[in-house]
Amino acid sequence: MSATVQPIGNTQQHPQRYALSEPDWVRFTLIAISIGFMILFLCLPLGLVLYEAFSKGFGEYWSALTQPDTLSAIGLTVLTALVTVPLNTIFGISAAWAITRFEFRGKSLLTTLIDLPFSVSPVISGVIFVLLFGMQGVFGEWLSDHDIKIIFAIPGIILATLFVTFPFVARQLIPLMQEMGSEEEEAALSLGASGWVTFFKITLPNIKWALLYGVLLCNARSMGEFGAVSVVSGHIRGLTNTLPLHVEVNYNDYDVVGAFAGASILAGLAIVTLILKTFLEWKQSENN
Amino acid sequence: MKRLNFTRQLLLVLQLSLSALVLLAASDRVFAERTILNVSYDPTRELYKEYNPLFVKHWKEKSGEAVEIQQSHAGSGKQSRAVLDGLEADVVTLALAYDIDQLYSKARLIPENWQTLLPSNSSPYTSTIVFVVRKGNPKQIKDWADLTKDGVSVVTPNPKTSGGARWNYLAAWAYALKHNNNSEDAAKAFIGKLFKNAAVLDTGARGSTTSFVEREIGDVLITWENEAYLVLNEFGADKYEVITPSFSILAEPPVAVVEKVAKKNGNLDIATEYLSYLYTKEAQEIIAKNYYRPIDKDVAAKYTKQFPNLELVTIAELGGWNEAQKKHFADDGVFDKIYDPSK
Repeated sequence: MSATVQPIGNTQQHPQRYALSEPDWVRFTLIAISIGFMILFLCLPLGLVLYEAFSKGFGEYWSALTQPDTLSAIGLTVLTALVTVPLNTIFGISAAWAITRFEFRGKSLLTTLIDLPFSVSPVISGVIFVLLFGMQGVFGEWLSDHDIKIIFAIPGIILATLFVTFPFVARQLIPLMQEMGSEEEEAALSLGASGWVTFFKITLPNIKWALLYGVLLCNARSMGEFGAVSVVSGHIRGLTNTLPLHVEVNYNDYDVVGAFAGASILAGLAIVTLILKTFLEWKQSENN
Repeated sequence: MKRLNFTRQLLLVLQLSLSALVLLAASDRVFAERTILNVSYDPTRELYKEYNPLFVKHWKEKSGEAVEIQQSHAGSGKQSRAVLDGLEADVVTLALAYDIDQLYSKARLIPENWQTLLPSNSSPYTSTIVFVVRKGNPKQIKDWADLTKDGVSVVTPNPKTSGGARWNYLAAWAYALKHNNNSEDAAKAFIGKLFKNAAVLDTGARGSTTSFVEREIGDVLITWENEAYLVLNEFGADKYEVITPSFSILAEPPVAVVEKVAKKNGNLDIATEYLSYLYTKEAQEIIAKNYYRPIDKDVAAKYTKQFPNLELVTIAELGGWNEAQKKHFADDGVFDKIYDPSK
């Protein structure tokens, strides 16, 4: 472990040296461009969301948030995250473990497949589930005979979200675990620790910040996913609308306050995610 | 010690998540005794929002049972597809008969004679296609022919995905036939010019309204009469005007009980009553208030001021939906030939 860690002084000197070697006007222009971009594409829209949400006062905002349909959308979004995040955490750890600790045929194929949901449009991710479980789909008739509802119901929404978010945890862990090597775990095993003990006492503490970081990203995406969920949802109000879908429904109903009140929750979630992300990144670099 | 704490915390979080999950699942809807799902198209959002409480009250009085009605809205073609794919609609209330016909021809979810089961072709309300222009009508748009003039920018949804857009298209087609001695070539040229003026083709009627009103695209919006008056109500009669052309199409948005699904869910009685109650005076009042033309003669008489008289062609005169669909909107149909977005 310590062999791969860089001396602390080094990382601090680098930015200084680069900064000093550029003329002032280049630095100034670059900073101005990035700040201008941030304001135009991040702060302004975020401000507008809040402005529209509160355009008719706090009372209207609150009543939009406490409408049964909004509450049910929030509930469904939380439920989806509660199911997908733990499952994808377990999947991500297993996949990272398998890829970094074992040699087997098709390993590179597995690594590529993990990234698949990143490269496929979310609409396709939704449509594949319709093709599989829809009435006209492969398993449609069997499911209908056994009275199992997947598409246009909560299981379909969870499945689509699972598919879209499954790379996040694994993607965070694989590079870290590769870099870590397996010496510490081998030492623990050779001293007589069981597999589980080795995992909980050696591996997990080493990867915990990267793991939390992956979980955080996974959670943010599962709560914010629109495309895939839109295809399998059926848009039943108060039943299969997640928060992002609810925002669209309200917008199309000309209910501006309702739409932007929902959007403000999603924006708040994004901000909390950003803060936690910065904290975790800081913890991770501190650990190294 | 610190390491063990972390593991324990992680397990605790997992445990809490799981118990919250169980609670949420258990609390899932306990109020209504039975629930039916109405799968509908875009512009009926406001109509059913008002009709559903009326029906709930009626059913409670009639049977003593508390019923809940769920709504799903999207483009008519998309909704028909969703029901075929397994969206468990007890009733469908769509933009045109063709989209409901699919439920029979592709999956036998409804009987073949579904359109004869309720009065007036199973359409409890009708509508027509009109124009919305910006206040003062700067481009002087009065009739269909004005839409084909150079420099007029038209907003209409895509006939491939939107039921409303197919009515728009066929109204323009019928107008062109009438004014060109039924020459199909002339009608094709007319429609071609109209769609060349189309600024954007959204997937549904509501999307087009949003383009015209909020994104301020186009000089004229071709849309349902009810959607047009909704624009005036929502966005101000001081900003927009509704223009009724000399001639248009009689749009009959039909309704049907999805018998196979309703039977399976044990909801056949509610679903049937839900649709037939649409023909009562109370419901027809709500229909007229939402700018759909009521079927009931007395209610219609009461609202004559609201609905100007104009010459209306019916879909039957154009050969019925199956023929219109095949001829105009299927792949390689007339629409594909006249509309080329790259030009």
